[in-house]
Amino acid sequence: MLLRHTPKEITERDALVINPAKTCQPIGAMYAALGIHGCLPHSHGSQGCCAYHRSTLTRHYKEPISAATSSFTEGASVFGGQANLIQAINNIFSVYEPEVIAVHTTCLSETIGDDLKQITIKATKDGKIPEGKHVIGASTPSYVGSHVTGFSNMVKSMAMQAEKTGTKNGKVNVIPGWVEPSDMEEIKRLAALVGVDITLFPDTSGVLNGPLSGEYHMFPEGGTTMTELKSTGDAVGTLALGEWCSADAARWLDSTHKVPCKVLDMPFGLSATDRFIDALRIAAGVTVPDEVAHERGQLVDMMSDMHQYFYNKKVALVGDPDQLIAMTEFLVSIDMCPVHIVTGTPGKKFEKRIRELTADMPFEVNVKAAGDMFLLHQWIKNDPVDLIIGNTYCKYIARDEDIPFVRWGFPILDRVGHQYFPTVGYKGGLRLLEKILMALLDRKDRDDPEETFELVL
Amino acid sequence: MRKVAIYGKGGIGKSTTTQNTVAGLTELGRKVMVVGCDPKADSTRLLLGGLAQKSVLDTLREEGEDVELEDIRKPGFGDTWCVESGGPEPGVGCAGRGIITSINMLENLGAYEESEALDYAFYDVLGDVVCGGFAMPIRDGKAEEIYIVCSGEMMAMYAANNICKGIMKYAQSGSVRLGGLICNSRNVDNEREMIEELAKKLGTQMIYFVPRDNDVQRAEINRKTVIEWDGEVPQANEYRGLAKAIDENEMFVIPTPLEIEELEQLLLDFGLMAA
Repeated sequence: MLLRHTPKEITERDALVINPAKTCQPIGAMYAALGIHGCLPHSHGSQGCCAYHRSTLTRHYKEPISAATSSFTEGASVFGGQANLIQAINNIFSVYEPEVIAVHTTCLSETIGDDLKQITIKATKDGKIPEGKHVIGASTPSYVGSHVTGFSNMVKSMAMQAEKTGTKNGKVNVIPGWVEPSDMEEIKRLAALVGVDITLFPDTSGVLNGPLSGEYHMFPEGGTTMTELKSTGDAVGTLALGEWCSADAARWLDSTHKVPCKVLDMPFGLSATDRFIDALRIAAGVTVPDEVAHERGQLVDMMSDMHQYFYNKKVALVGDPDQLIAMTEFLVSIDMCPVHIVTGTPGKKFEKRIRELTADMPFEVNVKAAGDMFLLHQWIKNDPVDLIIGNTYCKYIARDEDIPFVRWGFPILDRVGHQYFPTVGYKGGLRLLEKILMALLDRKDRDDPEETFELVL
Repeated sequence: MRKVAIYGKGGIGKSTTTQNTVAGLTELGRKVMVVGCDPKADSTRLLLGGLAQKSVLDTLREEGEDVELEDIRKPGFGDTWCVESGGPEPGVGCAGRGIITSINMLENLGAYEESEALDYAFYDVLGDVVCGGFAMPIRDGKAEEIYIVCSGEMMAMYAANNICKGIMKYAQSGSVRLGGLICNSRNVDNEREMIEELAKKLGTQMIYFVPRDNDVQRAEINRKTVIEWDGEVPQANEYRGLAKAIDENEMFVIPTPLEIEELEQLLLDFGLMAA
């Protein structure tokens, strides 16, 4: 009972967050930067920030995460971090030779007002950036938004590398949002099946889910190349998956380079995947290929075969807005009832969207943006659920309240699989259902009395 | 749209000069937004007829992150838009970060969009360029022309020189340029000549010499710009002159700040000339 001090009675809190459902902006920026080919993320701040962000990503992906830091000292905080960053750029390009350095700021460098753009221009003028190499940057103060905001900000800086030549490249930009490397691979597979030539950015597949080959490559083969990023300004359109993660970048390309954008939900579950496939189909001007229709049919099959076990089961959800919106829609579509939904990321639009999606549910729904896991736990105490879906931190609640738990989201620090098996698309939907059923049915087998303990379920 | 930042030593009359000049610009038919970047939030008092403005940071503190443009922007004299960045109580928090936050917020809310049809955005910035936050208005893509308000007093000239160092740093990598010195006269001996010489040494111009006139104080007591309070007084024409000079200005330079000895010498030369 590690959370035994959590009271059932809910009191108004406005100045205290307990067990936050979010983390720092730079973690998102760092993850997005790893989706650029040959990129070394650089944290412009003190060393501790960089160490924490790297270790969290390492724990989630079970891969070494390389990142550099400006190593602020007392002096740098007083006099500004320009000298540190310029020296870092010089060192990094001479020692590690990346194609790109993606700099993100920290609370400290933001507060003292370091201007990344100005420092980058200075580094260029001082000849610290070798010909053909790049330094990009994003402003990521953690006291604004969450890790999702940081991700979005870095993705927007990636889009801002676009150069318009005036000749369309015939490709569609797809911005996948903060999904796993396996999901990015799956999105590319689906686009190829439908026959759409896409530029996916960021793309961490091949970077954070690589094989153990016995050789260490600081910069693996995966990732969106700088050439591809530059060419995004010539694309015929952009599909942005997720309002929070991807829309800013897509809208920037739309308003600056007139690349028309469409913002969709992340393709988790049946309906959201349908909309994604439909958008791809329209972009390619084809009908949906049989192979995709076949996968869809398999998902619908499992949904109907096992419907009795989903029906009216209450679920508590915690995670990031784009994921939760798609997941809520999916759960409602299989007659499960997401009754408690929390994200740590601010945004009133989130609450509104969840209310719309759950409007016809037979239970009252608790939803909160900029909420925390303490509140989620209290809601569960007052109105128990049959299942929790969320990141690893939910294991404390699941254990205390003895509730089945499916790990999904960021971070997952104590299980594997997310690196290799997607949860987007129809195949991903099958995997989500498999995981949900596994948790529910294991519990049923554990708890059923002998006279109803069934061989066949 | 021209984006202008006004800097200068504390108490030199930046806010007063800015608002009176803006009143002059509106007479020329210009659409202006004034952004006060001072925690005291008194940069738009004369245009609004009092300290009626709720600052951006107050709004942020009270209403959270869902702020609308109309919550923080108020219409002022001459069809201007007035915004106060605001900031923490004296002695706590970080006023510099406050300026970064408010300018970012204005951009995100679309206050500078073409659809707003602004001819000018004026940033009225507290005192000296003391930290990165106070340099926010001169970052690349923000204000492109700077005017420094000064007088013939040593400390005002010293501050002006210091501000030039900040501009030089940002001008090397961005588009910000110095548009000139505005001399807000303190009736110091040889003031006009001294500031003209300082301007020359900085590589810029004295764009206007605003004489000292108590009508400015009278208008201030009435919470009005001189032009609104009594457009007929001579001082109103001075501000019209300054507005016109800024409107027609084409001299934008990267300043060449002076060594402190050089600055001392300047004061000595002109001071001695008077004695």
